[in-house]
Amino acid sequence: MLHAAVVRSPHAHARVRALDLSRAREAPGVRAVLAPGDCDALDETAEFEGRAVVAVAAETFGQARAAAELVEVEWEELEPLLDPEEAVRRGSLVGEPRRYERGGYERGLAEADAVVEAEYRTQTLNHNPLETHQCVCEWRGDGLDVYISTQYIWGVRDDVAAAFGLPPDKVRVICEYMGGGFGAKNGAGGYVTLAAELARRSGRPVRLALTRREENVGGGNRNATIQRVTAAAKADGTLTALGGEFICSLGWGGWLASTAGPMQLLHACENVRTVEYGAKLNLPAMAAFRAPGFVEGTWALECLLDKLAAELGLDPLELRRRNYANVDTMDGRPYSAKELLECYRRAEPHWERRHEVRARSDATWKRGVGLASQIWYGGGGPPSYAWVRVGSDGRANVVTAMQDIGTGTRTAMAQIAAEELGIRLERVQVQVGDSSRGPFASISGGSSTLPSMGPAVRAAAADAARQILEIAEQRFEREDGTLSLRGGEIVSPDGTTWPLEEITGLLEDGQILGKGARGPNPAGMRVLTFGVQVAEVAVDVETGEVVVERIYAVHDVGRVINPLGARSQIEGGIIQAMGHTFSEARLDDPHRGTVLTKTLDAYKLPTIADVPEIVCELIDKPDAQLTNLGSKGLGEPPIIPTAAAIANAIRDATGADVTSLPITREEILAALREARERERVGAPSA
Amino acid sequence: MRLTVNGEQHELEAPFGRSLAEALRDDLGLTGTKVSCGEGHCGACTVLVDGAPHLSCITLVHTVDDRAVTTIEGLRDHPLVDAFVRCDALQCGFCTPGQIVSASALVEANPSPSSDEIRHAMAGNLCRCGTYPRIEEAIRTWRD
Ligand code: FES
Ligand code: FES
Repeated sequence: MLHAAVVRSPHAHARVRALDLSRAREAPGVRAVLAPGDCDALDETAEFEGRAVVAVAAETFGQARAAAELVEVEWEELEPLLDPEEAVRRGSLVGEPRRYERGGYERGLAEADAVVEAEYRTQTLNHNPLETHQCVCEWRGDGLDVYISTQYIWGVRDDVAAAFGLPPDKVRVICEYMGGGFGAKNGAGGYVTLAAELARRSGRPVRLALTRREENVGGGNRNATIQRVTAAAKADGTLTALGGEFICSLGWGGWLASTAGPMQLLHACENVRTVEYGAKLNLPAMAAFRAPGFVEGTWALECLLDKLAAELGLDPLELRRRNYANVDTMDGRPYSAKELLECYRRAEPHWERRHEVRARSDATWKRGVGLASQIWYGGGGPPSYAWVRVGSDGRANVVTAMQDIGTGTRTAMAQIAAEELGIRLERVQVQVGDSSRGPFASISGGSSTLPSMGPAVRAAAADAARQILEIAEQRFEREDGTLSLRGGEIVSPDGTTWPLEEITGLLEDGQILGKGARGPNPAGMRVLTFGVQVAEVAVDVETGEVVVERIYAVHDVGRVINPLGARSQIEGGIIQAMGHTFSEARLDDPHRGTVLTKTLDAYKLPTIADVPEIVCELIDKPDAQLTNLGSKGLGEPPIIPTAAAIANAIRDATGADVTSLPITREEILAALREARERERVGAPSA
Repeated sequence: MRLTVNGEQHELEAPFGRSLAEALRDDLGLTGTKVSCGEGHCGACTVLVDGAPHLSCITLVHTVDDRAVTTIEGLRDHPLVDAFVRCDALQCGFCTPGQIVSASALVEANPSPSSDEIRHAMAGNLCRCGTYPRIEEAIRTWRD
């Protein structure tokens, strides 16, 4: 196997003036070199740092790296566009601005007893999965095998097939295990094209793994935002208008995730006006990152709501209850199920702790409690398929070409098949991760894996069960449809039981093959997920240090399949959100547009020492309208409300309004000064 | 050179500058050791050298030729492995070998570590999936 290294633009905006590959081609161990013109993934113009220019494959990674160093590039530097507001002014946008309006926004403002406005900002964040983007490509005849760390083997298959003009099934994509994605690995990406082309030219398998530094530049990011938002309400808290302008720093590509989504969907409000801009800048392109848009938008909206509550002198939880949406706020469709009120009810005792928490404040450490709620998709959908085969030993094998990105999908699928077949979990095996050894399965993104795949697996297992029971009914001379499977046995209503193997044993080499497909989502209904988080913080008003002491989370995602894995998803989301809130930020050189935080000591991920007490609860009520399973996804919801809950707790503790992420000590101290100033001049506390 | 890994002696030819992680993964095929940053910042590549945790990505293989290296493959039967599974202390699992290797050194030195001691000893092992509460529980209950 060969190893690849890539020469990339060190500039945010530049053009190759001259390129000399001669020394690189002759370097020890080099087997293939690609330059612009050889492959679409290489270019002579760089519109962002990290743009690939040359790729080298050599016998070892060290040799590839050394050869890459020998590539001589003469760059002509160009002026980079880095300021998102300037980009909007100049019309440098990815896509058109997205405008949304319902009701009469101006009328809503005029009707209000209180109007609050604020500008919130969020930073650029890197996914930093511990396994960087990587693949091994190997040609077999006219077909290509791609071993890859991905969230979507079928997407990679299609991307790579298109890049090489191959029929899709000539590309086999294998991902049995992978080291985290969080949205950054939803497709193939140029690096796979490079590896495949290097493999084609060298006739050898090629491994291309991004280094951590490459990952922190080009691995995708959650785009920064500037959000100017307004909320207006009657004295009783009824929202009369919500509005916002959202400027999203997308970089040179990507797409405009819905930052206005929470404002449009979370609370009932008749009059809403939003506009979103995707600023096209000379920076690396964004990629989906765990609830893209909604994480950023919920931060602004839920902080703004607390500001409004303060202005109105209302309890923040009560304010949210008073604006509870009973039908979809955008189109009036009924929800397939919604347990947000129940989430509020269960959050109540945790919210009530604020009196006691505040009372533990002293002169230096101020304590407080804040909450925020959350809405997100997560209903999944068709198409997705699964097969279940049962052998003569009565064991079941679930086969589907999905991938498990660490969310425990394998286990959940085994549980679903085991339940349907009435056998023990240990007797079910799940085979995933190979596009040529299983039917099409959904992407592991958008909190859709379980709600998309689970119903298909359940249907396949039910199909297998039906076939087993048909044989049993014939053999034991029972009427059709009278027998069932339970506890590893075939059960008759009169109490007679037979071991499952008594029927499957007849198969010898034969197998029962069950097939299942994911059905549609309920027509005319809105399928969404909901939740509430309550944060308790202590703020040192002298140093600006914030300690999050406890987070309570309650989420409604329909039926919970694996409570252990579900808790892990909630904790993991909250911990990632803690990083977003306090320590993580990609910093760019403000003049050159190059990334300064390329390593894991510069880009600060949360560690085990940063974790607060986390208390999780799930409503766990099946969504009766949704598929044969009643489950929605949980990968994304928990990361959404955390930052706002924490900021609202800081406000509760100190009166300080923090408006940008990450929340640093400087930010806290400045906000405290402002709060004191407001108090001195006697302005309203909001 | 000679390298002793998990009690087994290996002969290998390594150019100067080869890291222990590369030697383990690419020369010996012990791919349980993961490389995530390659520059000593994340702990994913942790192995034991004479019982003490070392970052194999920034350890030159020639510096350990007369010492005993233990990788995750050598800890297959360690009760921590079961504890991690029982407590759901892994999601994607990429950080897990390093976590278990670090934890094994901790519980060897201190079989009943407190929560603070766990947090102190494990703070050098990053987990992007955020399994930390479960890791803490697994280490607290490793002998159960
Ligand atoms: S890979 Fe060695 S510390 Fe990160
Ligand atoms: S389990 Fe994924 S990085 Fe730790």
